[in-house]
Amino acid sequence: MALRVGKTEEPELEEIELELLLEGIFRRYGFDFREYAPASLRRRVRRRMHGEHVGSISALQELVLHDPAVMERLLLDLSINVTAMFRDPSFFLSLRENVVPLLRTYPFARIWVAGCSSGEEVYSLAILLDEEGLAERVRIYATDINEAVLEQARLGVFPLDKMREYTQNYIRAGGTQAFSEYYVARYDGAQFSRSLVENVVFAQHNLASDAAFNEFHVIVCRNVMIYFDKSLQEHVHRLFHESLARLGVLALGQKETIRFSPHEESYEVLDAAEKLYRKVR
Amino acid sequence: MSDPMGYDVIAIGASWGGLHAVSTLLDGLPDDVDAPIVLAQHRGPEAARGVLESLLQLHVRRPVVEPDDKEPLERCRVYVAPADYHLLVEKGRFALSTDVRVQYARPSIDVLFESVANAYRGRAIGIVLTGANEDGAAGLAAIKAQGGVALVQDPASAARATMPAAALAATVADAVLPLEQIPPYLHDLWRRAA
Repeated sequence: MALRVGKTEEPELEEIELELLLEGIFRRYGFDFREYAPASLRRRVRRRMHGEHVGSISALQELVLHDPAVMERLLLDLSINVTAMFRDPSFFLSLRENVVPLLRTYPFARIWVAGCSSGEEVYSLAILLDEEGLAERVRIYATDINEAVLEQARLGVFPLDKMREYTQNYIRAGGTQAFSEYYVARYDGAQFSRSLVENVVFAQHNLASDAAFNEFHVIVCRNVMIYFDKSLQEHVHRLFHESLARLGVLALGQKETIRFSPHEESYEVLDAAEKLYRKVR
Repeated sequence: MSDPMGYDVIAIGASWGGLHAVSTLLDGLPDDVDAPIVLAQHRGPEAARGVLESLLQLHVRRPVVEPDDKEPLERCRVYVAPADYHLLVEKGRFALSTDVRVQYARPSIDVLFESVANAYRGRAIGIVLTGANEDGAAGLAAIKAQGGVALVQDPASAARATMPAAALAATVADAVLPLEQIPPYLHDLWRRAA
């Protein structure tokens, strides 16, 4: 459904209302969305306005400040990043070709999936590592700001009607097994094998406000920073640079770039098309 | 409507039959219509990278590119929404999103147009071309509501009439034109603004 434009909103007025809402959320609940990219943020807030049947951001603000249940629903709208298993199959092919050989050189390696949302990418990575015989030597740290989506990620149940698409992605990503071996159908969900996530740590982490917490050989953060504004993006790039081991790999989304980031000079390109970078200084 | 200061962006939405329609439009595009052109063309998530740009590039001298996140909009360029992303604009920059499909589409024309309306208000032109769904109707209405120019391909001349007809039902268009007459109409807008 398209979001209907009921009346002529005044963009300047809406901008003021949006800033006030974000300031209110920060002071009341401590979640900081003040440096999120405004265009997507506005759409997501409008979606919640429709859900709560209110006609303005100010009216939503009143509900959010007085009713934590509304805040929880808004938090889901603001922080769930939609993704798919093996999204961009060519990226996972490149991981097999360019990153797996590097991982093999370490006796033990750590991967950080930053902003893992409901876990599709974590399970995709876990499958890839399993097939490359690296499952026991690599620990994945999967973090997200939102505890509710982390819980979904821990469960590892994805919609059954997505399995056709995911199977095709998996094959194009260089998968070597039958994809259906990895899950069992339960009601309308596909329950992925628990053994895949034995070496995965799910934890809450806020990219905007939390510090580095370990040293990683690979950091995967795809299509997460597109929701941030330039200054928050720079902040997160600093965090990743601090958190990467020397010669560690940074993986970004297809349309993200470290061009113009303050750390551009610290990386060399490992695969330009798949946005894989290697920290050299 | 004729803002003496001219226009800062031309947003185009196309679906079924769009490749031919957009090609025709670019073929006729006069050089002085120099605002950044931003296209949301419906296509599958698995569409091979780079193909749409290179096909469109055959029809126009100015560069046709897929923008990266936060890339600034520049004059004399055609920007194509990447497959499987929503493309939005903020003041002078692109922003991308992988949020849920809107009207089964990602990229969605409504998402692009509503962000254009919001960021550029009366300095935006929206054009809805051929398509077999209703995406773009709400977005074009938003551009119009903010004082921008709403153009719609004449449904009778479109490969699929549903999308332009839905746009016409949602808003009062400034002009309803067959493809070949859209570039001269834009040229006229530019001459009047100059």
